[in-house]
Amino acid sequence: MKPAAEDIWTWLDAVPDPEIPVISVVDLGIVRDVTWDGDTLEVAVTPTYSGCPATSVISMDIETALHDRGVANVRIKTQISPPWTTDWLSEKGRAKLMDYGIAPPRAAGGPECCPRCKSTNVTRISQFGSTPCKAQWRCQDCLEPFDYFKCI
Amino acid sequence: MAGVDQAQLFEFLCRMGDNTLVLGHRVSEWCGHAPALEEDIALANTALDLIGQTQMWLGLAGDVEGNDRSADDLAMLRDVWDFRNALLVEQPNGDFGQTMMRQFLFDAWHLVMLKALTGSSNDRVAAIAAKSVKEVQYHVERSGDTVIGLGDGTSESHQRMQKALNLLWPYVGEMFVADVVDDAMVEAGIAPDLTDLRVEFDAHVGAALTEATLTTPDGGFAHKGGKSGFQHSEHLGHLLTQMQWLQRAYPGATW
Repeated sequence: MKPAAEDIWTWLDAVPDPEIPVISVVDLGIVRDVTWDGDTLEVAVTPTYSGCPATSVISMDIETALHDRGVANVRIKTQISPPWTTDWLSEKGRAKLMDYGIAPPRAAGGPECCPRCKSTNVTRISQFGSTPCKAQWRCQDCLEPFDYFKCI
Repeated sequence: MAGVDQAQLFEFLCRMGDNTLVLGHRVSEWCGHAPALEEDIALANTALDLIGQTQMWLGLAGDVEGNDRSADDLAMLRDVWDFRNALLVEQPNGDFGQTMMRQFLFDAWHLVMLKALTGSSNDRVAAIAAKSVKEVQYHVERSGDTVIGLGDGTSESHQRMQKALNLLWPYVGEMFVADVVDDAMVEAGIAPDLTDLRVEFDAHVGAALTEATLTTPDGGFAHKGGKSGFQHSEHLGHLLTQMQWLQRAYPGATW
């Protein structure tokens, strides 16, 4: 019997992002669809940044997780349109990012506050950071540098 | 969509993909050598975005060509005469200022080009452009800020940026000169008229260069021959020996 789509989404929500393991690939909003094509499960995945090296690892992790749940045939479909946007990050994912020390993205173009001391007195160091999806910021009050998940 | 000659569409896609490939490789040469850690990271990220975009453009080019060539095949198994990038992107890095000037001039063109391509009659072209344009907005914001910061910086940085601009400005024209391939793309609604893009480019670049206290060189002379493949500069061959050495030394090697 084929597992229900709801169960598959729950399983995928347990697959961590390889770069930011505190959130899942579902939180990240990159799993766009799961559909059955005969006895093959097709998972549509949207890359975050074009050159993000985590993309192929994510595909492999999704396949492994589904195989472990007894889904024998999995096909990953890379879907670039519509392009991924940080609007697709889940509320749960945003809260987890903040707890983890990464300020979640905001349409205003910068973090709301320092993820450590919550001060709003923050300044940008660089628009580019440790991974393609992050920028480097610094808190002017507690003086800690921190990652900001940049809005795209 | 009007029918388009598939060989010409292949040419156009190689131009887009070879620009991002060659510049992506050039920028990656800075990895571990940039003047500050933040700049090193920013350059590496930019290179990564460009290489990622290359996979999409050359992947589509391979599909259009229909000869079973993958993006990797096109990147690693062609020689100089088959590359279709603009001469600007193959120019050597020079100092950090020269690299950032080259980046800004390319980014400003790339941005107007991709914005126009999001409205392409070809769905796959439009999708790649929509994905890429988000990344390029970050690239141009940074390269523009850096050109302004260094141009309007110390007398040493100002003088180096003016020198970089004088050197690279004659390579800008090629990106706006249309040929038969470009005309065919316009005809089919796939790509914009390049001369239309020039107005927005000039406004954007002109404002930044003025703020950077730099003087745009006189004259419209343009080095050409890159995007047509007629005559690349000597630098491209040297770049390819680095980029392609593994496939040249160990043909067919994979991870």
